[in-house]
Amino acid sequence: MAKIRKDEKKGVPAISTASLPDIIFMLLFFFMATTSMKEVTYMVRFSVPEATELTKLEKKTLVRYIYVGEPRMDLIKTHGTESRIQIDDEFVDVNNIDQTITLERESMNEADQPKLIVSIKADKETKMGIITDIKQELRDAYALKISYAAVSKVND
Amino acid sequence: MSKRAVPEINASSMADISFLLLIFFLVTTSMAVNKGLTRKLPPPIPKDQPVPEQVDVNKRNVFVVLINSQNQLMVQGKQMDIKELRTKTKEFIKNEFNDVNLPVLTQVTIKSIGTVNVTKDHVISLQNDRGTDYQAYLEVQNELVAAYNELRDELAKEKFGTYFNNLEEESQNAIQKVYPQKISEAEPKNYGGVK
Repeated sequence: MAKIRKDEKKGVPAISTASLPDIIFMLLFFFMATTSMKEVTYMVRFSVPEATELTKLEKKTLVRYIYVGEPRMDLIKTHGTESRIQIDDEFVDVNNIDQTITLERESMNEADQPKLIVSIKADKETKMGIITDIKQELRDAYALKISYAAVSKVND
Repeated sequence: MSKRAVPEINASSMADISFLLLIFFLVTTSMAVNKGLTRKLPPPIPKDQPVPEQVDVNKRNVFVVLINSQNQLMVQGKQMDIKELRTKTKEFIKNEFNDVNLPVLTQVTIKSIGTVNVTKDHVISLQNDRGTDYQAYLEVQNELVAAYNELRDELAKEKFGTYFNNLEEESQNAIQKVYPQKISEAEPKNYGGVK
């Protein structure tokens, strides 16, 4: 019996990693396309309530946000624990929402101005008093399309 | 001269670079889509005009939903659990059996649907206390919108054989005419308690 042995060390061939960059690039592009950077730094803490009948806000350029909640931990010292309203990067007094939103709208494209949607992102434990005040202010500013931000409820 | 081969560029660090970028985007990304309950507010009342009292709305056309500061629900004068709200609202909007206590039915002819009885003047009046929790308020809103959506879906199934959202705009408008969404978020009032 003749046994031909060319080499003792046959071994498993190394797996080619040449396609690894391609795969990673693919993932990279996926995340680049879907990502949206946070526009503002939240100065209030909030977790939006749950609901089921949600509509998606399609055009981001038409949406302006109002954040409502308790101030962030490090801001409690200066701002207290009462629910506060944040628009863009600053706290806004209830009575000034009117002007702020009007200003926001004026900075928009003229054709888009009537389509402005104000999304209220409020903490679920907020009292309705402050929300009602905001709603009244928005009415005064003629920003009548609003959206109560919420997350979809996981079926129980 | 002998042909000199161009040395191959080492691409092994490519993976590292793209990994780095990938991780950066993974961290900064926020997948949260903007979703919410969209509502339309009534236009403001001119300052010099007194707040109009509800006069022209027939009593049977109004469905009053109250939420107090303990997040309890009162519907048409009776305390109610939130789970029943959807069915009750649907009954109210539809008024299938022409009940005298439910809103007035009007015969309306709508293209592509035909002649139907519609409770065209019904209003759902949602009132809340300043102390109501936002979550509770939104749950109620959610149930009311759900009632409308279910009714619209039922009609869409019956007339067009598909869900409301899958319909053409024209048919959607027709259905919206049968079940117009009329939720009034009342003028703020103070219930019980002096400010």
